[in-house]
Amino acid sequence: MKMIKTVLAATVALGLSQAVYATELEVTHWWTSGGEAAAVTELAKAFDASGDKWKDGAIAGSGGTARPIIISRIMGGDPMGATQLNHGKQAEELIAAGLLLDLTEVAEKEKWREVIKPVSLLDSCTVNGKVYCAPLNIHSWQWLWLSHKAFADAKVEVPKNWDELVAAAPKLEAAGKVPLAVGQQPWQSAGVFNVMAIAIAGMDSWKAVFVDKKAEVATGAEFAKVFAAADQARKMSAKTNVQDWNQATNLVITGGAGGQIMGDWAQGEFQLANQTAGKDYTCLPGLGVNEVISTGGDAFYFPVVKDKEKTEAQKRLAALMVSQQVQVAFNLKKGSLPVRSDIDLNTANDCMKKGLKILADGKILPDVNQTLTPDTVTQIEDLIVEFWNDQKISPADAQARFAKIISAEK
Amino acid sequence: MAATQQPRPAWLKNMSAKLASIPMVFTALVIFVGCTLWTVYYSFTNSKLLPNSNFVGLDQYTRLWETNRWLVSVENLVIYGVCSLILSLVLGFLLAALLDQKIRFENTFRSIFLYPFALSFIVTGLVWQWILNPEYGVQHLVRQLGWTSFTFDPLYNADIVIYGILIAGIWQGSGLIMCIMLAGLRGIDSEIWKAARVDGIPTWKTYLWVVIPMMKPVFITALVLIASGIVKVYDLVVAQTSGGPGIASEVPAKYVYDKMFQAQNLGQGFAASTMMLLSVVVILIPWAYLQFGGKRRG
Repeated sequence: MKMIKTVLAATVALGLSQAVYATELEVTHWWTSGGEAAAVTELAKAFDASGDKWKDGAIAGSGGTARPIIISRIMGGDPMGATQLNHGKQAEELIAAGLLLDLTEVAEKEKWREVIKPVSLLDSCTVNGKVYCAPLNIHSWQWLWLSHKAFADAKVEVPKNWDELVAAAPKLEAAGKVPLAVGQQPWQSAGVFNVMAIAIAGMDSWKAVFVDKKAEVATGAEFAKVFAAADQARKMSAKTNVQDWNQATNLVITGGAGGQIMGDWAQGEFQLANQTAGKDYTCLPGLGVNEVISTGGDAFYFPVVKDKEKTEAQKRLAALMVSQQVQVAFNLKKGSLPVRSDIDLNTANDCMKKGLKILADGKILPDVNQTLTPDTVTQIEDLIVEFWNDQKISPADAQARFAKIISAEK
Repeated sequence: MAATQQPRPAWLKNMSAKLASIPMVFTALVIFVGCTLWTVYYSFTNSKLLPNSNFVGLDQYTRLWETNRWLVSVENLVIYGVCSLILSLVLGFLLAALLDQKIRFENTFRSIFLYPFALSFIVTGLVWQWILNPEYGVQHLVRQLGWTSFTFDPLYNADIVIYGILIAGIWQGSGLIMCIMLAGLRGIDSEIWKAARVDGIPTWKTYLWVVIPMMKPVFITALVLIASGIVKVYDLVVAQTSGGPGIASEVPAKYVYDKMFQAQNLGQGFAASTMMLLSVVVILIPWAYLQFGGKRRG
């Protein structure tokens, strides 16, 4: 009798503990393109395998569409289990309002401060000594993707840097190609501009403007060159009739466009189309001029929830995201760089290896989202997208307006 | 004759009706008036993601009117508003007048014209994005028919993009106006038509000088419906162009949304929405005066 009782009790306890452990977390993110979705599946698989349940809350559209939804859900008292956000200034006020979960305990247990490289990623998650987000990957914007097919069709050599691409533009156009594919969404032209700013103005001038907010550098000769180059770029991209970034990448994959300036997430699309770096396409970090990459990236934040079990599950998910096996599986699919250097990425392709090397050399810059407030970022976006589409705005005018926005940032 | 009962004070009349309307009055006061005042109040602060009470005076408004994107938005709204108001009324009335000629299959035509109204603005916008896309839509079709130099790409031309949006807006909205107008036309006494015919007045003159003036209330209803649709136009733009090319098809409602949620600058968004409210008030007050002031005179 006693035996049966024990067995029963054990079964009940087992059943209970399982029920407690298998907590469902809704995870919101905006990874919906082919390559991105494949990477998210890796995360979901790992989380489900650990005994919890991943409830996918993908929000279609870019971060610009998804962020407002995410933020209003957190603020409106309907928090999800975990959510993607770019780390940096976007979440600062949510943290100040006490809406996000403090992950310091997880970070200490998993020794994040020792394993996460570059440590600046963790710093962006840290406010007043407390960790509020789990960095998942490093994304850099500074890549120029070139289609070998387009250049073969136009009978020109595949360029090795930005200037060669500009020189090849007339021939590409004559062959009916768009020299530079830039989708219509505002963040894309703004991103291209930032990449050109780093590559053409150089690291020091870029830092002076985007980190130290020195308006006199923004009006100076170095940035005049940047706007002149942006002027060329907008002419080269004028015939792109697509909206989304992956449609623009697709133009490069199919040889309809010569190149695209886009972050390393474009890598996933090339992979999905079974293209090989070096054979079907070439990637040039820093436009082949200045080989630096900015280390922005995706991070996951965990809103404060009342349910204790959910809080525990949130912490488990945070630890899982930074763990070695998830870092490898996720980043290989996503085409982004891992946040830790103690893992083996032998299977990474040429482009990722280039990125890893630059990272190891320490030629890194913070991402715009880490140095400027969202308000300033959108103002620059508005300006650039206007400049990009309206040939009547001269580079000098645009530069003056740009300097004004920079000097207004406090 | 002596009054057997004191007349009850005016405010006690219809007690039950007044009691029943209290919840609605309360809702209107708290939700509409209260939230409006709240918004106006915080438009004078430098609130970012969360509202705060750091007053900065008129800074948000100065910045607003110095921002090119806002100016473009306002200009677009004026063009869209004026065109959509005139075209909706004219088209709606013409369609209604044509349907009113005792034609066959009136029900079928009425359904066809009203059908677009059953679609949301998002669907309308997406449909017209495809129709107006130069690679797949009208331009492609006409070129295939042989006119190879035909160009029609309003959504990719900054100078005329707002008209591309206007087409979709009119397509969606004129059916409803037609229905209202048709109801108005049916409400005109047939004796009036007979009298006009006896006097030998041509049909078009009867419409213009007799029927339309008699339909004033119907026109005002239509006007209010169209006007409220104009001020809040947002989803149509988002679905069709997301404000592009460049900022050429931005509208004020989109500016408000983007500033509040994307730029995390509530103050700026509130300032813009206060300006939108102001424009509505400027239109609403003369209308209310005409409408209610007129009744008192009558």
